[in-house]
Amino acid sequence: MTRVGVLALQGDVREHQAMLESLDVEVVRVKRPHDLDDLQGIVFPGGESTAMAHLLKSSELREPLSELIVSGFPVLGTCAGLILLSNEILDGRADQWSFGALDVAVRRNGYGRQIASFEVSVEVSGVGEYEAVFIRAPRIERVAASTTVLATLDREGDHPVLVRQGNLWGCSFHPELTSDTRIHDAFIQSF
Amino acid sequence: MIPVRLSAMTNSTQTGSTLVKRGLADMLRGGVIMDVVNPEQAKIAEDSGAVAVMALERVPFDIRRDGGVARMSDPKMIQEIQATVTIPVMAKARIGHFAEAQILQSLDVDYIDESEVLTPADEANHIDKWAFTVPFVCGATNLGEALRRISEGACMIRSKGEAGTGNVVEAVRHLRTINQQIRRLHTADASELFSLAKDLQAPLPLVQEIAETGQLPVPLFCAGGISTPADAALVLQLGAQAVFVGSGIFKSQDPIRMASAIVEATTHYQDASIVAKVSTGLGEAMKGWETATLETRLAERGW
Repeated sequence: MTRVGVLALQGDVREHQAMLESLDVEVVRVKRPHDLDDLQGIVFPGGESTAMAHLLKSSELREPLSELIVSGFPVLGTCAGLILLSNEILDGRADQWSFGALDVAVRRNGYGRQIASFEVSVEVSGVGEYEAVFIRAPRIERVAASTTVLATLDREGDHPVLVRQGNLWGCSFHPELTSDTRIHDAFIQSF
Repeated sequence: MIPVRLSAMTNSTQTGSTLVKRGLADMLRGGVIMDVVNPEQAKIAEDSGAVAVMALERVPFDIRRDGGVARMSDPKMIQEIQATVTIPVMAKARIGHFAEAQILQSLDVDYIDESEVLTPADEANHIDKWAFTVPFVCGATNLGEALRRISEGACMIRSKGEAGTGNVVEAVRHLRTINQQIRRLHTADASELFSLAKDLQAPLPLVQEIAETGQLPVPLFCAGGISTPADAALVLQLGAQAVFVGSGIFKSQDPIRMASAIVEATTHYQDASIVAKVSTGLGEAMKGWETATLETRLAERGW
């Protein structure tokens, strides 16, 4: 059975867990370094990236996760999770760190504050039409040539909303808030 | 089952949907929302790992001490805090005061708390929260009250507790009551739900939904009297999904350490050794009040 972690420091952990379990995946909630043992991949959920960055350090997860990511460990990051993966953060806190593994620049709250949060249909490569939920979402401003863009959204300019670079998947919206498991399934099938 | 009113439609993009409003509450789960009265405190909150701040002019402890009518905060102070932090900024409107809520929405606050901590503006009606694009959180002392607020459009429920006292006893009572009443519905026969809905003074469709799912359709957070890491661990284990800390941080001896300790205890609430570690040498928590000695019971406000 596939065994996947969900980073469970804060955020919509429950939704990711339910979605993975519906795909017959065994889920481990990751709060401490030993929770990373024997995982085949991990999901960084939605939530607040500054709070998660703070808790990753105090929970002693930053170093072991960094090492795993460098070694090719599969990660799916949604919203705050995308910010944690990215190597450049715009409009964030001056001291905000990230794993810097996914070669994209993201702008925090790039689509606006909560009043501007929205649902919209996007076309996802290899998946088809997908109902995407954006909540105070980060906007991807730049991607490297090595990064595959799987979906874009034309809203004040065309921006990627789902990208993949090797084993790293970054998503500016929240597939876990819908009942559509296709993006999680694609992530699991890529192992 | 709940009427979904869409507040804006442009092409195929939809803002203000129930999914989007409840979704932000989902993102805050497992986190700490801190009351702050100025940008300096907001910065400390964000530095300490808060998932959101509640911008207000006086924390409940001071509202209680000073007396008088407590109202929505000055927009200038809310805007200064919005300019300081990257995390969501919430603000409070008086119960029933939809004009204050309209102002807060125009300021782009991320969540509005229709709060009993402020002096109520309407003794019969709460705000029609479906009429807003910005989501609302409301307090509740029992399941009936929670469901009335949800039927009015609230997208997050918090216990009321007894704000500003530093005493968690009322929050514990509210959480236990709400969860006991949910369990009662979940085990009830379908034919009993009509009478139970009447007893709860709650809409039947919501009662039937909870009977089926065994949980509230929106996140349940805890507020009112939380002042130590142990308090946070207690209410999380009692089923709260996140905590609001009002006076407990900035009325303590060492706010920076207290803020960070409560954040860590909220994440690691099931690991007593971590809660013990962060509780060590924190200095004094806020002084607090015995609830029985209070002249004003804020939790009794709301209908």
